[in-house]
Amino acid sequence: MSEKTQYYDDSVKGFITWSIVWGTIAVVVGILISLQLAWPQLNVAPYLTYGRLRPIHTNAGIFGWGIGSFIAMFFYITQRLTKTPLWSPKLARVTLWIFNVAIASAAVTLAMGINRTKEYAELEWPLAIIVAIIWVLFSINVFMTILKRKEEHMYISLWYIMATLVGVTVLYVVNNLGMPLHLFKSYSAFSGTNDANVQWWYGHNAVAMVLTTPPLAIFYYFLPKITNNPIYSHRMGIIAFWSLIFMYLWTGAHHLLWTPVPDWIQTVAMAFSIMLIAPSWGAVMNGYLTMGGKWEQMKTNYLVKFMICGITFYGLQTLQGPMQAIRSFSAFIHYTDWVPGHVHMGTMGWVSMVLFGATYYVVTKMSDSEIYSIKLANAHFWLVLAGQLIYSITMWIAGVQQGSMLLATNPDGTLHYSFMETMISIFPYYKIRAVSGFIYLAGLVLFIYNIYKTFQKGADAKTFKA
Amino acid sequence: MLEKNPVIFIILAFVVIMVGTTITMIAPFKWINGPGDSIAEVKPYTPLQQEGRDLYMREGCNNCHSQTVRTLASDVERYGYGGTYSKSGEFVYDRPHLWGSRRTGPDLAHIGLKYPDPKGAWHRKHMENPQSVVPASNMPAYAFLNQPLDTTYSERKMKLLKFPYTQADLDDLKGKSEMDAIIAYMRKLGTDIPVKKAEAAMQAPVTANNPFTNLEAIEKEAKSLYSQQCASCHGEKREGTLGPALKGSAKSDADLFKIISQGIEANGMPSFSSSLDEQKIWKLVTLIKKDIK
Repeated sequence: MSEKTQYYDDSVKGFITWSIVWGTIAVVVGILISLQLAWPQLNVAPYLTYGRLRPIHTNAGIFGWGIGSFIAMFFYITQRLTKTPLWSPKLARVTLWIFNVAIASAAVTLAMGINRTKEYAELEWPLAIIVAIIWVLFSINVFMTILKRKEEHMYISLWYIMATLVGVTVLYVVNNLGMPLHLFKSYSAFSGTNDANVQWWYGHNAVAMVLTTPPLAIFYYFLPKITNNPIYSHRMGIIAFWSLIFMYLWTGAHHLLWTPVPDWIQTVAMAFSIMLIAPSWGAVMNGYLTMGGKWEQMKTNYLVKFMICGITFYGLQTLQGPMQAIRSFSAFIHYTDWVPGHVHMGTMGWVSMVLFGATYYVVTKMSDSEIYSIKLANAHFWLVLAGQLIYSITMWIAGVQQGSMLLATNPDGTLHYSFMETMISIFPYYKIRAVSGFIYLAGLVLFIYNIYKTFQKGADAKTFKA
Repeated sequence: MLEKNPVIFIILAFVVIMVGTTITMIAPFKWINGPGDSIAEVKPYTPLQQEGRDLYMREGCNNCHSQTVRTLASDVERYGYGGTYSKSGEFVYDRPHLWGSRRTGPDLAHIGLKYPDPKGAWHRKHMENPQSVVPASNMPAYAFLNQPLDTTYSERKMKLLKFPYTQADLDDLKGKSEMDAIIAYMRKLGTDIPVKKAEAAMQAPVTANNPFTNLEAIEKEAKSLYSQQCASCHGEKREGTLGPALKGSAKSDADLFKIISQGIEANGMPSFSSSLDEQKIWKLVTLIKKDIK
């Protein structure tokens, strides 16, 4: 083609903007509930209690910030990799509208206590159906663009994107099956132990298909773009891809160790969790080796910092995760604050770091201008890194502390500590954690300001040209 | 070919995903909740208990409270309340399960065994103002549950869940508050399977006589134990609140030991055999015997 392909990026911009809005709300609500754990008088009954706010925090984070920005990035990447404009820009616009209405309704209904209580599948059935519709509309748009593509070869990012489209559909539909009582209440289609097993098959693979394969698709696309190095090994990427999507689905029951779920399912989950280190580190090593020894870019290119730091947290996350999936270690730290420490290294570290880097890159491309301020972007990097490390490290300490106190017994077999003694011992960590949230939020504010100014700069330049 | 045909690729990815799914998620339906798991004594929820369960879900209690006693000794000791670890058959009527993933507060799978009081006085006081019972608790106050229970859908819920109910069960809902419903649910948890409480608790101390006759030597520790474990029901100054005043007692040391260890079910006094070892119980006995004005 002699002419440059016209890409459709309005919806990319729309999804980026709105995902940042929902992401900020997720962080603010997160700070509020972290304060509530340290000072219970901050609960405002009935709407702003911890029990109703925590699902808003997780849903705004996963669906608003996570899925919202993945849709943006998938629209952006798919068009470039296929050298084809988006199949239907109109459908993309409609998807964005429904997406925002759905996330806003999710926040309102959860505050009202309309809650299925299955983690990350809390939304009642009418909203769950709308979420599924959003996903299908988005998937059709991406898949049709791939079908009509002008570039025959499909780069590894497209593989991850397509696996995400299929995987999320299967998981979300099955775990949301239920028997509606009325518009705002339904009961799960499964009961007791079966329901738990289905829930964590879903819960853990939401980590796979929402918090792993999409950021990997994004990482594989943007790291070579940012560093100007080709990906180290396409073949390693492909082997890691198939083994990752094969193994992940076996591991859900590591959330249910020592519970009434049949022992063999727990053991299989444990084994596959450990095996997952291989494909996870396949991606990590592919990232490191793509740097091609040009590590000075960590100093000279702010985007490389976000990407490499992100993949490093992915590497740490996928070592810590399998460790937690072992029965003896799980007995120690499961149900404690160790786990939120682990989860936030994945979300605030890995996923968000990669998204920050990708967003800066995309925004500068779309505005056809340089970033407004590299200094601010660097400050943003250090603030979110510090916030995330303080969060995770304090929670790991709190988890080990409370876990060991809860297990401690006297020589006659009675418990050494009362539950309250263990809780009082972790209050100081709750306060430090709340501070870490404010640090992270400060970084986020710099990010938003920088993005806003860059868009403005782009708009000004266009006006000038015209 | 895979690098060029997205349709075949998507089908293949689906197949790969379904292998683990089929083996670890779909196949287990064949065994879980089958006849091997069933426990005859476990009963479905009454309309009031199910309403309570729905309120537990509405308030998101599962965000801080788990509901599975793991097969670990410390779990059974701490959360078994005289019962044992959780079994699959206990949960067959739970749609959805409420096992949770974080214990910011204690596990509640067997909480019904802890406070035997049929009126649920401890729960009521605790739900209305948790810090009045457990001063350092970070639980939010749920006093707003003292509002009339909406029973519009109660009967339809029973039908949808295929739980048996009688007209008397439905009549029982009249005039009940949301607080009554959630307490009814709390009191049901873990109580279906009979527990021989007296057997589970320490029948008699290993040391037959109280080794701590000199109160002064242990007063500090005993007072701290008292304010942690006893003050919430007997008052910080032993003046009595939910439970009776404890300003000196005519009972023998051995009798007091037995009461603390085993509890008195009829009066709502819980058993402390899992949270206090023998030494601690003896120290409390010595403190309680002291006649304070």
